[in-house]
Amino acid sequence: MRKWFLLILLLTLPLPEVLAETPEEKGLAIAVEADRRDTGWLDQQSDLLMILRNKHGEESTRALRIRTKEVEGDGDKSLTVFDTPRDVKGTALLSYTHALKPDDQWLYLPALKRVKRITSANKSGPFVGSEFAYEDLTSQEVEKYRYKWLRDETLGGREVFTVEQYPVYKHSGYTRRIVWIDKKMYRPLKIEFYDRKNALLKTLTFLHYQSYLDQYWRPDRMDMVNHQTGKHTALLWANYRFKNGFTDRTFDRNSLKRAR
Amino acid sequence: MNLSWRRLFAVLITLAIGGALPCAASGEWDFSGVVFGEVRTFPEKPRFASQANTTFSPSLVIQPELVYEWNDRRDRVTIEPFLRLDAHDDHRTHADLREASWLHQADDWDLVVGISKVFWGVTESRHLVDIINQTDQVEDIDIEDKLGQPMVNLNLIQDWGTVSLFVLPGFRERTFPDDDARLRGLLPVDVNHPSFESDAEGLHVDYAARWAHTVDEWDIGVAHFYGTTRQPFFRRSTRPSGQMVFIPRYDLIHQTSLDLQYTTGAWLWKLEAIVRSGHGDPFFASVAGFEYTFFQIFESTADLGVLAEYQYDGRDLGAAPFTLNDDDFFIGARVTLNDEQDTALLAGTIIDRNVGSVLLFVEAERRLSGHWKLEVESRLFPYVPYDDLAAGFRNDGFITTRLSYFF
Repeated sequence: MRKWFLLILLLTLPLPEVLAETPEEKGLAIAVEADRRDTGWLDQQSDLLMILRNKHGEESTRALRIRTKEVEGDGDKSLTVFDTPRDVKGTALLSYTHALKPDDQWLYLPALKRVKRITSANKSGPFVGSEFAYEDLTSQEVEKYRYKWLRDETLGGREVFTVEQYPVYKHSGYTRRIVWIDKKMYRPLKIEFYDRKNALLKTLTFLHYQSYLDQYWRPDRMDMVNHQTGKHTALLWANYRFKNGFTDRTFDRNSLKRAR
Repeated sequence: MNLSWRRLFAVLITLAIGGALPCAASGEWDFSGVVFGEVRTFPEKPRFASQANTTFSPSLVIQPELVYEWNDRRDRVTIEPFLRLDAHDDHRTHADLREASWLHQADDWDLVVGISKVFWGVTESRHLVDIINQTDQVEDIDIEDKLGQPMVNLNLIQDWGTVSLFVLPGFRERTFPDDDARLRGLLPVDVNHPSFESDAEGLHVDYAARWAHTVDEWDIGVAHFYGTTRQPFFRRSTRPSGQMVFIPRYDLIHQTSLDLQYTTGAWLWKLEAIVRSGHGDPFFASVAGFEYTFFQIFESTADLGVLAEYQYDGRDLGAAPFTLNDDDFFIGARVTLNDEQDTALLAGTIIDRNVGSVLLFVEAERRLSGHWKLEVESRLFPYVPYDDLAAGFRNDGFITTRLSYFF
């Protein structure tokens, strides 16, 4: 699919110099460029601390470790292992993500030593009780959305493209997202999510981007606020490591039992 | 108790730790586990006069886990003892090594040596294919609790699937409640005088092999087991005291199995099937069904799963261990709230098509904090005819309330 988009891009890119580029074309071009710039990292692993806060201010946390492998022409593969809460320690989730069809997911339950293939048609469901849906956390493939550039503006002193995105996946929980993309990094600074009734549901803010391998930008922190429930989830990322030499074996169903 | 498997275990652990020590400086320790208190409530009086009339039965469990990893996490030793102290059932007061194993991982293979646990299968209402570990039946009648099994297990991971080979020295006998305990069944089981088909008795070495693979939406497993049956046949006998008892008899069996799951959209289609020989004529048994999930019901974050399975078992009850799952329907519902507390509820009923007996069960759980969890489980027998195989349990429906602390 990526090749196909590059072809489209090659065909369409010279045209805007001559003809006026439509907002849809410009939105797509920004997404393709963002995807191009975030290609080639091969694999990464990181530690994630999730802090969930309800509207009464009560907090709970989850600590997990995520390994991801870049897959050309499809969604990425990932293996997530939980360290806390303690009752789910060792629970592992293996995902082969896909842009337009349900992901393949297997869950490992350490108490039973059981690997279960689970249904993942519902990408809009909450991830471990947080304000992040599965679809908010999986890899951002170009073909997951249709695009429309809205405007260029500044956000917090940074030059951004503001682009509206419409999910293609029919079971998405959103009608649209508005994304503020930093012009230097080609990474999002803020995303607004609109629910199936087109009402503002959530706002996600990305903080403290760092560059890895001089090329790949990753935030240290992501804050999601749910405007309808007053709940909040912060993701604190640490220990990003790239090019670990992960193979398909690292993301084999067998790897779940061995993950820890 | 036989000492042989303990000796074997001692050898294996010595080997494992011997391998570990030279590298100990570079490794990583991890200590965790769970302690829980539970109360089993039996609303009805026991059916048999020889059973103690306990209504509330408390017990305490401690299950720590010590893990040592080294060699860039390619080697791991896991030690997981288990101890339960039960106020009323002397057999339920027991200790076990759930895990005492060394795992070595390479790119295309891994090896497990020691005491470990392995689960096979896909269905929910009956675990037909799962055979490596013995059931720790004093824990619960759902046969999901397992005793640690000594093994050498080599897994070969290939593009065409994973081949798992098992050598299983040291047979574990099934645990059964004490003579006067609730849930002991029609007659007490005389666990001190088991009989075996093999002359080697509990020393018979069992073997198993399995191939498992995923092809798109299909997850498939094919396995064969040769060795001592995990479920014994009950032979009636009389003690010198005149007390009628069941004597467990462990036959040598061959079991070939298939487990299959097809995952599409919100559907999970599941099949488990076995052919077993060794208890009388060879027989076929199967569990097949589905789970369908309704997502985000009533505009909430909760999901509702609907489960239905059919159980068939063609065994000859005159020669093979008894089963309640010969011609039964299972219908169930699973509610997961997807909230911060991971609140979940599974409720179901298993109905026998021939005699109409009904088993009801409910399992609910909710995390209370980062360390505490509350669970309530109930198994009830609202209708069991007196001549049904389940009749021994008909007054022993119970509700378990469990509070766990994870560390």
